[in-house]
Amino acid sequence: MTVLAVAEHRRGDLRDVSFELVSAGRELAGELETDLAVAVIGGDVEGFADELNREGVDTVYTIAEGEEFNHGVYTQSIEQLYADVDPTALLLPNSVNGLDYAPAVAGSLDLPLVTDVIALGGGDSIEVTREQYGGKVETTYSIDADRYALTIRPAEWPAAGAAGDATIEAFEVDVDEASLGSTVNGFEEVGGGDVDITDADVLVSVGRGIEEEENIPLVEELADVLGATLSSSRPIVDNGWLPQNRQVGQSGKVVTPDVYIAVGISGAVQHVAGMKGADTIVAINSDPNAPIYDIADYGIADDLFEVVPELIAEFGGEAPDV
Amino acid sequence: MKVLVTVKEVAEVDDEFEISGLDVDESALEYDLNEWDDYAVEEAVQISEAGDDVEVVTVTVGPERAEETVRMALAKGADRAVRVWDDALEGVQFLDPNSKADLIAAVAEEESPDLILSGVQAGDDANGATGVALAERLGFEWAAVVNDLDLDAEAGVASVHRELEGGIEELTDVDLPAVLTIQTGINEPRYASLRGIRQAQRKPLDVNSLEDVGLDEGIVESAVERTSMYEPESESDAVVWDGSADEAAGELAALLRDKGVVEG
Repeated sequence: MTVLAVAEHRRGDLRDVSFELVSAGRELAGELETDLAVAVIGGDVEGFADELNREGVDTVYTIAEGEEFNHGVYTQSIEQLYADVDPTALLLPNSVNGLDYAPAVAGSLDLPLVTDVIALGGGDSIEVTREQYGGKVETTYSIDADRYALTIRPAEWPAAGAAGDATIEAFEVDVDEASLGSTVNGFEEVGGGDVDITDADVLVSVGRGIEEEENIPLVEELADVLGATLSSSRPIVDNGWLPQNRQVGQSGKVVTPDVYIAVGISGAVQHVAGMKGADTIVAINSDPNAPIYDIADYGIADDLFEVVPELIAEFGGEAPDV
Repeated sequence: MKVLVTVKEVAEVDDEFEISGLDVDESALEYDLNEWDDYAVEEAVQISEAGDDVEVVTVTVGPERAEETVRMALAKGADRAVRVWDDALEGVQFLDPNSKADLIAAVAEEESPDLILSGVQAGDDANGATGVALAERLGFEWAAVVNDLDLDAEAGVASVHRELEGGIEELTDVDLPAVLTIQTGINEPRYASLRGIRQAQRKPLDVNSLEDVGLDEGIVESAVERTSMYEPESESDAVVWDGSADEAAGELAALLRDKGVVEG
């Protein structure tokens, strides 16, 4: 009986989700009345172990293999640690890298896997909550198994804060280098260019509701009359209607403007991750049930093609014909 | 060279819906090709257009209704399709990613492709796990969340970019055979042409039962069981302005002036 969480780091730093995994792990360990172990694989494992030594962590396992994430190294290391620790629950991050190894680990260890978990509950068997249908509903699942794996959605649990008194233990693994079929050659920062949306005080941000590329000038004009910078949600960049440096969200930029005006944006969790830190959030979206209203301070639940031209007119501009 | 593409028919929920039992009532569901799979199909078709003798085969786990979606993938340029379905799969609420991977792996073992492309996730249940689980089953190499692909079939290597969080991409070489999970934005999926739609009607679409692919009904058994579905409580405390568009715009304009966004 142990809950084993696996930390995540990139380019020399532990990612926030590592400390959220500690909180989620502590919650689950409490439900199961067991202890919490955290593993960190690769990079400056000793430095990472000191940082991960937070309240409620019983053991930190350090596995000094490689610098950056490699799914083959992670998979083999976790399998070997798993055999030694025999944890009840394996708690992994629902990050891009987490999803690159969690299904493989669960598969090879023959563990039931539930991904993108947003809440945990106890009972005779463990119960987890996740979203379905793009966040329109939540579902709970019971897991009737002695051993299982979960991936935890980032930013759902608070980061564990206070320092702990965990035992730090180096764990030796034997990685079969010959079997590694993926080679990580480096990293690339994307979305450079002349505009820095993270620097703007006011953002007008456009989403799928704009419908057509031909309608983009409408929000450009709104940004113009407000002296704001234009940003967007993912589908607009995927469609090539605006360059990548305009994208707000998990895979784009995290912005914290004074005012964020979301036009035709539903507010998917990946988008919200990039803009929830704005001081004032205004939503213009005709669906009053859209999740953007959960974080908006003000809203107009009306057709953006009616509202935006009126707003442009309010500030003495002229809405382009779209 | 053979490219296998996993294609899922996903359910989209209308703005107005009811929950009956453990799922959204059928009346509020509309079915479509999974958005991520649309990009995967396009990537496969582009590979086939760029190379000689590349066959693109789609594989789908789904009921007969899903054939509309499958035909759409064929219309966009896939050569043939395999659909797996069985009475035993009817009404299964949670097909765990491991079970799904077992089903698709059974087809993949039969087809022995060089490359498998799958969407990063499905728009409805969003497990985001099937592609990598499939690679593990098959003993293939893999890469998750790929938004750039450069294939060197001769050298047996796929050079990919993996889209990490925060505008960082990881540059990775992946040995073939491999499963790549494809992220939206990697390409511009085409619309099916009328000619493509006509041709799709004549392309082979094989239907297999569990027995046909060498699996038994035990595949649907899962330790994970759905126990409830509900609408999340709105956490909204937003001030939503009512009235006509110009009245609401006037309220917002006043707010923006008040915040000092614009003067006067």
